Formats: sequence, C-alpha cells, structure tokens
Amino acid sequence: MKPRHWLRPALLLLLLATGVLLGGCHRGEPLPLRLTNISGHMPDLDFKLTDDNGKAVTGADYHGKVVLLYFGYTHCPDVCPLTLAQLHVVMQRLGPLADGARILFVSVDPARDTPAIMHGYVNAFDKRAVGLVGDARSVEALSKRYRSAFTREPSAADGSYEVSHSSAIYVFDRDGRARVLATPSASQDDLVHDLHLLLDTGATS
Amino acid sequence: MKSSRIKSATLPLLLAGLLLAGSARATDAEHIRASHAWIRVLPGALPAGAYVTLENDGDRPVALRGASSSVYAEVMLHRSSREGGVSRMAMVDALNVPAHGKAELAPAGYHLMLMRARAPVKVGDTVTLTLQFGDGSTLATDFIARPANAMDAGDEHAMPSMDHGAMPHGH
Ligand SMILES: [Cu+2]
Repeated sequence: MKPRHWLRPALLLLLLATGVLLGGCHRGEPLPLRLTNISGHMPDLDFKLTDDNGKAVTGADYHGKVVLLYFGYTHCPDVCPLTLAQLHVVMQRLGPLADGARILFVSVDPARDTPAIMHGYVNAFDKRAVGLVGDARSVEALSKRYRSAFTREPSAADGSYEVSHSSAIYVFDRDGRARVLATPSASQDDLVHDLHLLLDTGATS
Repeated sequence: MKSSRIKSATLPLLLAGLLLAGSARATDAEHIRASHAWIRVLPGALPAGAYVTLENDGDRPVALRGASSSVYAEVMLHRSSREGGVSRMAMVDALNVPAHGKAELAPAGYHLMLMRARAPVKVGDTVTLTLQFGDGSTLATDFIARPANAMDAGDEHAMPSMDHGAMPHGH
C-alpha cells in the first residue's frame, strides 16, 4: 500500500508532462490548414547564416515570427522575383498581421550573393523580407534539411551561370516548427488563409 | 540598278527576290503586334526580365528569335520551367507565335533576359528593345520599366486580382 503515496504524484506529473507536450505540439485541435500540412514531417527551423545586414543569425533569432523560407538567387531575373513579388502581395493582404511574419530568402549562389547585394534585392520586394547568405556548406545543409536541392549549371562563355533550385516555400510557425509547404502554383488565397491561422495562433514559447 | 556590268549576275537574284516578296506579302514583323511590354527592374547590376505579348495577324506562324537593345549589352531569349519542384531557366532558340494567334512572354515562362545595362535603368523609364523574327525582320518595341515587385505591365493593364491570383505555373 505504501508505494501509492509516491505513485500518485508521479502519475500526475506524467499526465501533466504529456499534456504539456501535446499542448506544445498541437495546441488542441490541429489547425485546418489548406496547403500541404507538413507539421511533424519536416524538422524545425535551424540554420547558421548571415543576414543582409552582415549579422550572424540562427533559426532561433526568428522564433516569435511566422517564417516563409524560400531558396533562390539574385541573378535569377524571372522566377525568384516573381515568387518574392507574390509573397509581397500575400504580406500586403495580411495587413498589420504581416509584421508577425518574415520572408527568409536564402541564397543558393554563395559565390555571387553578398549581404549588400541581398539587402538591396530583398528590400525591393518587401520590407519584411530578409536575405540570408552563407558558405556553400551551410546553405547546402539547410537545403538538405528540407529535402530541397540546388545545382549550379555550367557557365556560359562570359562566365555567367544559372542555378536550378527548389521552388517550394516552407512556412514555419512562431515556434520554428515546420507547418506548411507551398508550391509556386498554390493559390494565394490559401496561403493567406494558412498564414492567418498561424499568425492568429499568437502565443510564442 | 545603276550598274549594267553585273546585270547578268543580279537578274536571277532580283527575280528570286521578287518572287519571294510576292508570295510572302509582308515580313514577319509586319504581322506582329506587341503589347503589355514591360521590364522588371532589379537593383544594382542584376539581370532583368522583359515581358511582352505578341499577336500574329498573319496566315503563317512567326518565330521570335531574340532581341537587341542599345541599353543592354546582351539580350537572350529564355524560358523558365518547373519540374519536380525544381525551378530552372534555359536559353531557347525561338518562340513560336501561331498564325492568327498569340504568344506571351510572361513571368515563370518565356522572357527576354537583359544583361549588363550600359546605364542604370530606373522605374518609369522606357527602354526600346528590337525584337528579331525568323525572316530577319525586326520590330522596335517600347518596354516600360516597372518595380521589382510588379506583377505585370501596370496601370492600364489591370493589377493582379488581389483575391484570386494563383501563383504561376512554371511553363
Ligand atoms: Cu532568364
């Protein structure tokens, strides 16, 4: 009979711990996301890169913000600007809520993209966009982490080259957890809808 | 024809030329109407993309081969594509404008890639690009320089619908 005295509090603790874990992961009901829900299927936001002001940053620096992660490069005159322009439209549609979100544009062209070039580039699209650069290894690590890839294509005679890269946009919640995968053909309405959900969930940890 | 000395040599050529002109009626360029011409200006010396809609009122398809400009040292006809979740961009030889049809150079598809501007191009500027067609004819077209985050040619061509804009497909 005696063991009960400590068993009860132990059980209670266990229940509490489970509750905290579940609450932390799902906050009750799963969010009715419209785009591909990657909750629990992709790792948390984590990287060590340099932002477009030349400051060393990690994934943790963006906790508290909903993050839209996109890989590209500044010498990409067509698809990257289009995607960033579309994300700008999405941010505009979110209104003041957009201040709780950040677009992280990670360069897959470490040889040409400097923080200064990235700074001018991302700010031409949206003031809540951040350009991130890093050495090839760091960028590759981040890209692999999200099963994305990039390839530097052969150079032309004048030395210019293109970089083929993943077209996906990865969305993370305020706690840095991967939540949504948006392809460039996803509807803007759906992306706005899902960002609303993630931004409304408010509380950060 | 001032010289009669080379008449024997030029006559067949001249005849051939007349025959060609007779059957073709007009050059490729004369059958093409260009509209919605704009450039997405990017900061610094970065390459820019140019877009335009081409309509062909002729009975035969017309091939856009490329373009040239006094403002950019290099202009290339490109196509962006998206396959298996990967975006890539490659040079193409030509874009076909079907007979009595149209072809669009639009974001995430065909575009003219403008490289090495000789002088900075600012938003609001008009830049003339000379489009080149399969028969060698050309069409000088004015492109309006738009901001980096523009979605299209601007004002007179309706901004993207704010609530139903689908993100583009890569082809
Ligand atoms: Cu291109």
